[in-house]
Amino acid sequence: MITVSGISKSFKVAKRTSGVRSAVKALFRREYTEVEALNDISFSIAPGEIVGYIGPNGAGKSTTIKVMSGILVPDQGTCSIMGYTPWLDRVAYVKNIGVVFGQRSQLWWDVPVIDSFELLRDIYDVPEEEYRSNLKLLTETLDLEDIIRTPVRQLSLGQRMRCEIAASLLHSPSILFLDEPTIGLDAVSKIAVRKFITRINKEKGVTVILTTHDMNDIEALAHRILLIGKGKLLFDGNLNTLRDQYVEDSAASIPTIEEIIVRMYKEYQIT
Amino acid sequence: MKAYVSVFRLRLVNGLQYRSAALAGLATQFFWGFILIMVFEAFYSQALVTQPISLPQLITYVWLQQAFLSLIMLWFRDNELFQLITSGNIAYELCRPTGIYGFWYAKLLAQRLASAMLRCFPVILIAAFLPQPYRLSMPVDAVTALLFVITLILGLFIIISISMLIYISTFVTMSAAGSLLMFSVIGEFLAGMIIPVPLMPDWLQAIVNVLPFRLTADFPFRVYSGHISTSEALKIIPLQLLWLTVLVALGKYTMGKALRRVVVQGG
Amino acid sequence: MRLFGKYLLILFKSQMQYRTSFWLLSFGQFFIPFSVFAGLYFMFERFGQIRGWDFYEVALVFSVIHMAFALSECFARGFDMFSSLVINGEFDRLLVRPRNTVLQVLGSKFEFTRIGRLLQSVLVLAWAVSQIHMDWTFAKIVTLILMIMSGVFIFTGIFILMATMCFWTIQGLEISSIFTDGGREMAQYPLNIYQKWVTRFFTYVIPFGCVNYLPLMYILDRTEGSPVLYMLSPLAGCVFIIPCLLLWRFGVRHYRSTGS
Repeated sequence: MITVSGISKSFKVAKRTSGVRSAVKALFRREYTEVEALNDISFSIAPGEIVGYIGPNGAGKSTTIKVMSGILVPDQGTCSIMGYTPWLDRVAYVKNIGVVFGQRSQLWWDVPVIDSFELLRDIYDVPEEEYRSNLKLLTETLDLEDIIRTPVRQLSLGQRMRCEIAASLLHSPSILFLDEPTIGLDAVSKIAVRKFITRINKEKGVTVILTTHDMNDIEALAHRILLIGKGKLLFDGNLNTLRDQYVEDSAASIPTIEEIIVRMYKEYQIT
Repeated sequence: MKAYVSVFRLRLVNGLQYRSAALAGLATQFFWGFILIMVFEAFYSQALVTQPISLPQLITYVWLQQAFLSLIMLWFRDNELFQLITSGNIAYELCRPTGIYGFWYAKLLAQRLASAMLRCFPVILIAAFLPQPYRLSMPVDAVTALLFVITLILGLFIIISISMLIYISTFVTMSAAGSLLMFSVIGEFLAGMIIPVPLMPDWLQAIVNVLPFRLTADFPFRVYSGHISTSEALKIIPLQLLWLTVLVALGKYTMGKALRRVVVQGG
Repeated sequence: MRLFGKYLLILFKSQMQYRTSFWLLSFGQFFIPFSVFAGLYFMFERFGQIRGWDFYEVALVFSVIHMAFALSECFARGFDMFSSLVINGEFDRLLVRPRNTVLQVLGSKFEFTRIGRLLQSVLVLAWAVSQIHMDWTFAKIVTLILMIMSGVFIFTGIFILMATMCFWTIQGLEISSIFTDGGREMAQYPLNIYQKWVTRFFTYVIPFGCVNYLPLMYILDRTEGSPVLYMLSPLAGCVFIIPCLLLWRFGVRHYRSTGS
């Protein structure tokens, strides 16, 4: 389904300094530093998997998501998703994926949610029948019935996130990228979102890749986690394996997943 | 006082950081200047009667406009202030130990000065060495130069008092755009930014002369170019001072009223 | 094209949520060129003519340019405001959709308040047309329409060029006002009043001359030789958008390799 091998990507970042004098200096000469965002990342994901992609801020999570969703072209490496190379056949490829950026909205702010959905239907060229049945399923399972005619700006964050997720599934994609889908949500909404992700994964076989800082998301959803730090893939495996690995050296009590992650970050020195 | 200096410093550093922005601004200013001058040149080229202001004086006028644009344009927008007002966060500002009118006034002043610092010297320097007829001429004597600086500074104070009134009016309208846009369009027309005041028809000049807008731009520039003589300038400076007093008093009064309303509403 | 209509509709609905602000802004948009036009009027009142062009002839050019500008600002506003799309990362969103980026950026924003500016220029146009002494033939009307269209294409092309710049730097965008606002201010007079180098630049590089000078000569019967060339010169203005679109594609590719 998804095979990523040897992806590397680096960025040039201009150095910024403070103070009037150095600002004047920078007027004439500017220094750059090379930042390696991704360094030889390889993994593969089978259809129907839910994979949690974790790592501290700035580790390269969103860069990977950007590469996999065809936004960014890597410096090196290959990536094959459903037979496509994301950055080469962008238009054909993105019809098969759904992307939710947790911090940004894809809905039109001032109009009722349903209007946004209809526009997305036209953008993705979804056949009317398919759209209807998807919409029906999504409204039922995400409990959107009451809010679908409300303008987005009047929705709460939790309601909005539910609509965002629905919006990225209208064209029945086979892969769903979720970039921090539970950020800022209250407990009820978090659980609703998690339940829904499990459900579409089970019922429709959608492959889900999610990044998050909330380890409970991982615990509830992901059977497999990928840990990335400083651009390198550090761990790829089962959550239980991970737990076994760390459980022995804490004699007192079974550590929570949060504690395990903190230990891992420490071990790999990536914080 | 220290706070104002740091606002000024911050702006200056910020402005310097963006070197391409500074260069782009410079290029823009020169382009505008050239276009305006060429249009005037074209008009003057076949004019039969002597015009109320000579072409070299007019060219100087245009370059000064470009050089000091950030000191004279009415619409120097500070979104931070607008947001403060419309979002109701003004309540925090009220907790500060400084008087709010004075603080905002100084902030606006610092912003304009910082932005002018970056622009005026290169524009003046380059314009002064342009080939004729595009050259910016120098003031005829030291007295004129001094008078120019004084009138320009007074003009700057006046323009800030006017823009303070604009900000205060947002307390009432709660909309940053629209009516304010019109306010600045008309104000800039009356300040001689679209066509210089001496070229306006007499009836319009009569109106312009009783309003404060022209004192901010048109007046200092004409003092510089010698179009307004030293003795005449000395007569108008008290008028600048008078307007300044009136506008500041009006601003303080309306601001006090507006703030009281905010407090009553519970911020 | 159908999708473009949908974008229009949804953004119109959005705008209508803020009716008061919409009307106020439209009103303001009416007054900005109005003050410029008033300046123009006063200049002519004093000087009578500018290098042989009289007031109504210049008013005709003025209205054509402002109309073209208003239309392109209304429909191509997405490109005009493109820097914000890049800064807040919205452009990534457009890239994960199976549509052409140009269409999506166009559809990201419409500025309906430009109706004010449009209305102002329609009034000026009507006035100028009614005062110019000459016979309006069918061919002349077609030429006039071509002039406006060509202007729209040129301004849109400039907006696209400036948006393309955002892929490399979002600083120094102020320079774009030279070509948009500056182009507009400059092109509101017939081009031949300027110095040769300005005229050349704005005929051969950015083809404003094909909007406000050559076809105007035809409309006012001042042509020498074959009128057809003058009449069709606005089409050259339309061609301007092609290199702009090519550069845009190049810019998108750059963005996708740097992600900046």
